[in-house]
Amino acid sequence: MAGRPLSPHLQIWKWGPHMLTSILHRVSGDGLALVGLPVLLWWLGALASGPEAYETFALAASSPIGYIVLIGLTWAFFNHLASGLRHFVLDIGAGYELDTNKTWAIGTTVIGVVLTIGFWLVVLAKQGVL
Amino acid sequence: MAHETPIGRARGLGSAHHGTHHWLLQRFTAIGNLVAVLFLVISFLLLDDYGYASFARWVASPLPALALSLLVISVFWHARLGLQVLVEDYVNTAGNRFALNAILNIAAFAGAGFALISIARIVFAGAA
Repeated sequence: MAGRPLSPHLQIWKWGPHMLTSILHRVSGDGLALVGLPVLLWWLGALASGPEAYETFALAASSPIGYIVLIGLTWAFFNHLASGLRHFVLDIGAGYELDTNKTWAIGTTVIGVVLTIGFWLVVLAKQGVL
Repeated sequence: MAHETPIGRARGLGSAHHGTHHWLLQRFTAIGNLVAVLFLVISFLLLDDYGYASFARWVASPLPALALSLLVISVFWHARLGLQVLVEDYVNTAGNRFALNAILNIAAFAGAGFALISIARIVFAGAA
């Protein structure tokens, strides 16, 4: 390790919602990169390859595991979007007051879930599932 | 210490040993993602159905083809920057870190290239 003083964060800390928001930002972002981009490539590649290849993709996407992955990716996107916008606010030096910080840490996490539910309600209604 | 400023002392101590450029690019590409992926999400909500015919027709039209191409560039760039942070935070051996970042570069370019070629093929098939 570098020979500089490090904060004793691994021993002394109190749980707060900003920690959840922080790790969910990383999880959702890296999840989108490692799972979401391969799905995007499969989707575009299947569309480029013709109706039969697309049928294979559509079959996988509409299986139970397919739905879990797609709903997970949708959540990851909306979560990363909401907490990413929070990062922009923090970047300009705003939103560090304890109350404000806590409110938006919880707020962005809730917004991510709400937008995911809203998106899928519309999508499932379109497909006649709901 | 007399000849060293505080910023001079702090510079290069982060896990990447440099970083302002990376930090700014992460923000610039984030703004691109915000616009491009919201375009994709709203389009999904507006499309009539999710079958081959309607998606192929949609991707082949000029504006969605452009938006999707820009989305691919912005998103793969942003993902590559984000995964680099993941590697720098959790991989401590310099050699492994170098190897993973090299693989990351190749994967990002290969993925974006495949996506752009796929979009081009859908567009030209639609025009034929």
